[in-house]
Order: sequence, then structure tokens, then C-alpha cells
Amino acid sequence: MGVPVGVINILLGAGGGILAVPILKKCGLDQKEAQANAVAVILPLTFVSFLLYARGQYVYFAENAWILPLSAFGAILGATIFKKLSPRFLRKLFAIFMIWAGVRMLWKL
Amino acid sequence: MEAVNLWDALAVIASAIVGSMGLGGGSVLILYLTLVKGTPQLRAQGINLLFFLPCAVTAVCMYQKQGLLRWDILWRMTVGGLLGVLLGQMLLRQIETKAITALFAGFLIVAGVITLFSKQESTEQENAEKGK
Repeated sequence: MGVPVGVINILLGAGGGILAVPILKKCGLDQKEAQANAVAVILPLTFVSFLLYARGQYVYFAENAWILPLSAFGAILGATIFKKLSPRFLRKLFAIFMIWAGVRMLWKL
Repeated sequence: MEAVNLWDALAVIASAIVGSMGLGGGSVLILYLTLVKGTPQLRAQGINLLFFLPCAVTAVCMYQKQGLLRWDILWRMTVGGLLGVLLGQMLLRQIETKAITALFAGFLIVAGVITLFSKQESTEQENAEKGK
């Protein structure tokens, strides 16, 4: 049942998590659990996708290494506020952002 | 990504906050790289995959401590997901970059619309949670 998550994750280099959330909800998890477990599902998928990208030379590790500590820092912030936050408002806001960004991307194509 | 400025750093932190919550932080970083920095789509995707690794490791450790992870379900989904990655890798070789950009944009719109209109379901679940 994770197959489409993996396909999207490597094809788009992102988005596996968004797809994993509704699938996890169908497995009986609530919204919060689904979001947390989605991160855990895509961690190994991202690792393998990254290795395959690196082999295809789509990755420039050295010049992007500065991202890594900032990424961990942001995750500490996110995972800390996660349990206190009602994610509904954030999800709606982010949904609008995704639609806007998608339209803008198609427009530029 | 030659010179790292404050906006780059903020974009990464914001993506990590959204990404650690399973909301699709990767799309934030890819959009910033492609639309603001002019990074080619596939290269932006590669950077995003790298970016997500420390973000996910940190978040997963914290969610494990909070008791949120369901390993019984995770194992099954991960096996399927890895098959999907290999399948996707074969597709990736066949598809043009422009098509991938269009696919990415389409995915954002569909995911956004679904998230936006899933209100009823999530409200019910949150109410059910409170009722426990």
C-alpha cells in the first residue's frame, strides 16, 4: 500500500508524506498520528531516493551541506509545537499555499 | 545556491517545520529553489531529498518519544514504498524534466484541494478524540 508514496517521492523529490497521510488515516490512525507516521514512512524512502539521485548527479552535496543543521533545527521546532498545536488551521493555510504554488508553476511552464 | 543568505536559511527552517509535521515541507523548499532561486527542477528535488534526511531523523526520534509511531503499520508501508521508489526510478529516466515540473504542479494542486476539503472528516475525528 505504500507503492504510490514511493513513486511520488522519487519522481517529485517530495510529496510522499502528503500522500502517506490519507493512506495512514485509512489504516485507522487519527490525523496527528497519521502526520507523524508519514514522516517515519518517507524517511527510508527519501534516503533511497537520495542515493539514486546522487548516482544520477542531481545532487551537489558539498555546496548544500549547510542545509543539514538548519533542517534538524527546524524539525526540533516543528516536532515540539506539533503536540500542542491543532494542525487543522495550519493544514488549511498550507493547502491554499500549495494550490497557489501549483497554479503559478504551471503558469510559468 | 552560491551565496547563502538569510532568506535561504529561513526557507530551510520553515520547510523543516512544515516537513517535520508531515505536511509536505519538501514542496516549500522546492518551490523556493525553483521559483525564487531559479534552480533547475531535478536539482531542486535532489537538494530537497538531502534536506529532508536530518529533518525526518530528528522528527521521527521526537515522535517516537511522544509515543506517536505505529511500527506495525510503518513496516508494511515502507516495504511497499521502497518498491514504489524503484518503480519511480525507472519512470524518472523516461520522463522529460518539463513533464516532471507539470506533474509536480498538478500534484500540489490536487493535494491542496484534497487537504482543503477534508475538513468534515478531520473535525469528526478530532471530536471523536475528545470524546474518548
